[in-house]
Amino acid sequence: MNGLQTVKFYQTGTFTVGNRLLAPEERSVQANMQRTNSINSGHRACQGCGEALGARYAIDAAMNATDRQLIAANATGCLEVFSTPYPETSWQIPWIHSLFGNTAAVATGISAAIKVKRQKGQGGDVRVVAQGGDGGTTDIGFGCLSGMFERNDDVLYICYDNGGYMNTGVQRSSATPPAARTATTMPLGPEPGNPFGQGKFVPAIAMAHEIPYVATATVADLRDLEYKVAKAMGMRGARYIHILVPCPLGWGTASHDTIRMARLAKETGIFPVFEAEHGEVKSVLAIRRPLPVEEYLRPQKRYAHLFGKNPAVETIAHIQALADKNIRKYRLQARQEGH
Amino acid sequence: MDKPFAITLNPGSSLANRTGSWRTFRPEYVDRLPPCNATCPAGENIQGWLFHAESGDYETAWRSLTENNPLPAIMGRVCYHPCEGACNRQHIDSAVGINSVERFLGDEAIKHGWQFAPAAAASGKRVLVIGSGPAGLSAAYHLTRRGHKAVIYEAAPLAGGMMRFGIPKYRLPREVLDAEIQRLLDFGVELQLRTKVTNVAEAMQDGFDAVFLGVGAHIAKRAYIPAGDASKVLDAVAVLRGMEGEAAPMLGRKVVVYGGGNTAIDVARTAKRLGAEEAIIVYRRTREKMPAHDFEVEDALQEGISIKWLSTIKEAGESDIMVEKMALDDKGFPQPTGEFERIEADSVVLALGQDTDLSLLENVPGLVVKDGMIEVDGDMMTGQPGVFAGGDMAGNERTVTVAVGHGKKAARAIDAWLRGEQCAPAAKNELATFERMNPWYYSDAPKTVRPVLDIIRRQSTFEEVLGGLDEGNALFEARRCMSCGNCFECDNCYGVCPDNAVIKLGPGKGFEFNLDYCKGCGICATECPCGAIRMVAEEN
Repeated sequence: MNGLQTVKFYQTGTFTVGNRLLAPEERSVQANMQRTNSINSGHRACQGCGEALGARYAIDAAMNATDRQLIAANATGCLEVFSTPYPETSWQIPWIHSLFGNTAAVATGISAAIKVKRQKGQGGDVRVVAQGGDGGTTDIGFGCLSGMFERNDDVLYICYDNGGYMNTGVQRSSATPPAARTATTMPLGPEPGNPFGQGKFVPAIAMAHEIPYVATATVADLRDLEYKVAKAMGMRGARYIHILVPCPLGWGTASHDTIRMARLAKETGIFPVFEAEHGEVKSVLAIRRPLPVEEYLRPQKRYAHLFGKNPAVETIAHIQALADKNIRKYRLQARQEGH
Repeated sequence: MDKPFAITLNPGSSLANRTGSWRTFRPEYVDRLPPCNATCPAGENIQGWLFHAESGDYETAWRSLTENNPLPAIMGRVCYHPCEGACNRQHIDSAVGINSVERFLGDEAIKHGWQFAPAAAASGKRVLVIGSGPAGLSAAYHLTRRGHKAVIYEAAPLAGGMMRFGIPKYRLPREVLDAEIQRLLDFGVELQLRTKVTNVAEAMQDGFDAVFLGVGAHIAKRAYIPAGDASKVLDAVAVLRGMEGEAAPMLGRKVVVYGGGNTAIDVARTAKRLGAEEAIIVYRRTREKMPAHDFEVEDALQEGISIKWLSTIKEAGESDIMVEKMALDDKGFPQPTGEFERIEADSVVLALGQDTDLSLLENVPGLVVKDGMIEVDGDMMTGQPGVFAGGDMAGNERTVTVAVGHGKKAARAIDAWLRGEQCAPAAKNELATFERMNPWYYSDAPKTVRPVLDIIRRQSTFEEVLGGLDEGNALFEARRCMSCGNCFECDNCYGVCPDNAVIKLGPGKGFEFNLDYCKGCGICATECPCGAIRMVAEEN
């Protein structure tokens, strides 16, 4: 019929984990009953842990992309502590616990060993992932990470960023956002919470190394996350994926709001979601429903001091300015949605 | 086991750690009542049949639809679709075009000749259905499904009741009406035309175990208007019925319709199509107070029909009428102002409502008639046991959809009554309100608009005004449904659980919670698009 739409439309499209209207191969890895479940049930993460979820999303996708030929090195941190209290483990993949600071170097070593074995005609093409939290990545393990990037070692490094040292009692890390309350940046004095500063946005630093692939993702956009992990596993050399994983404990949010918080971080522009190759941004996940940063800040107790009787209007405006800068810098403006 | 240096314990799995003990709230899968279903006067499971239409399985969708309503092609044209008014999608973009998808399914069924699945084993009971309008056809259908023999007595020479003699062709083409009636006859419903029942008690003697009355309301209400000998005053029922006869009614060049309901609109639009230069509706109150549906008023205005609000007809002459202007008082009632005006008119058609001919019930004891309507209980049974009634004769809301709902309800009650049981309708689920959903997950999509016949064509012909959807559009429209309150297997809960505590049972089988490990975080409930998971406090 003339003038009427003939676009394809699948009800929830790829927003949901699965979709019975899509062909099975068009659905997510997480929708598949044969997914690896890399981190199995029984782990000791808090209720609603974003990191447990993000790690399963990422490693299941990596397992799927490599036909299950994968070894993971894991820095000390929440992810290691809650998944592997000796002698139990939740991991259903070959997995090694490194020191807090040397995961990238351990992964480099594994990768080198595999290479040597293959040169000797032993073993197959086993791929290597290194993973850690923001503390093990942006602070303690940063030297090893930068070295791995600089040497272009064949490792995918995944950072699960929840903005602090959460399992030791919510201390500040160099990934803690401005104004946030932590045990070491209390909401006291003239500038309460974490100070505003240069910050340390590791994806941008990784891009400065001009490694083959750098991407950011959140637990709110599963299909985007899986796409990026699969793409990274299809490449060789040093690759880096930075995943925002909200922490109900450290952020002071309801356990059921973990995905919602990640979605708000992306929709407000607080956390830019993009991918870059060899130092150049190649694509961004545009904002779908633009929102002011207040929508993201208000549900979090770590920002409670910004609200209350005398709202810290200037601080909120400052955070809004940072989000606006992200939107400009990464071109995150909402676009007409396609199907 | 030969252990390495400094290792004393065997490796174990975290599955030994039953984290379900942490839980204070437990998730539960629920089915909530979608607002469309809650609103449908015919009791259709709209969300249910749209679910099948979404995957392109139109025959299953049609079979699901016709479990409640045997007339989808008719209803897809004449229903005033209160479901769309309740649709949660309107809070995102606009309501799902449920009515247009229903029509598409009805038309597909006619095109492909789909028949109803065979009825239940014969019960040996016979039920008399008086009247072949929507209530009677619906009752007969649902009785047949339950294994009873339904026999319809129809006074007119053709079946359909007001669907044939009241609704103009441009809204309901007669081929569609005939096709859906024929399917019912093929299903086993017996129809006797030209059989006027004048005495119900007597008619029941023909070996019937129960009776359903659905004679409708065919007698036009009159208003006293002083009229000269040469004036032409007609009633709407006669005009619309006349359209089904050999010669169309003679209305003249200037036609005035008196009344403000949907029938008044139908008559005015019919007059325009018959060639009237002017069709004017005279109504004593304002547009806001008009009982006709707003979109019908809009259609009429688009076709060039004019409406005189706040006016009453004082007298009718040969070539004009006298109209008095009204003004609303404090309570919103129209009061005369004493200002008069003359309007040219070759004829005046009264569309002031209809009454039921209740003469056939004189010999039935126990019947209670109030305000011209027969009183029925919650099971559509009249004061006389075994005598049920529905449709226009038993309710204030007189639409095809309400009548179909009455017929179904009555059939269910008749079935129970024939077996000597009480009809116990299933308890209703709680409403799937928009607040219980997570609309983030639905793709943006505007409503597909049905093509509207060219204004010129619809002023002069009786072709159908609203076009239908084609397959692609119907599928698109169906997929705009958000499946409010009912799982549509999007796998979100299965994906978003940080504890891997949702068990996927496979396509069509849904999901289960693994309460050994579920920590009760509630992410599944928050991220369920359609609100089909609820969190319940654990007792201890």
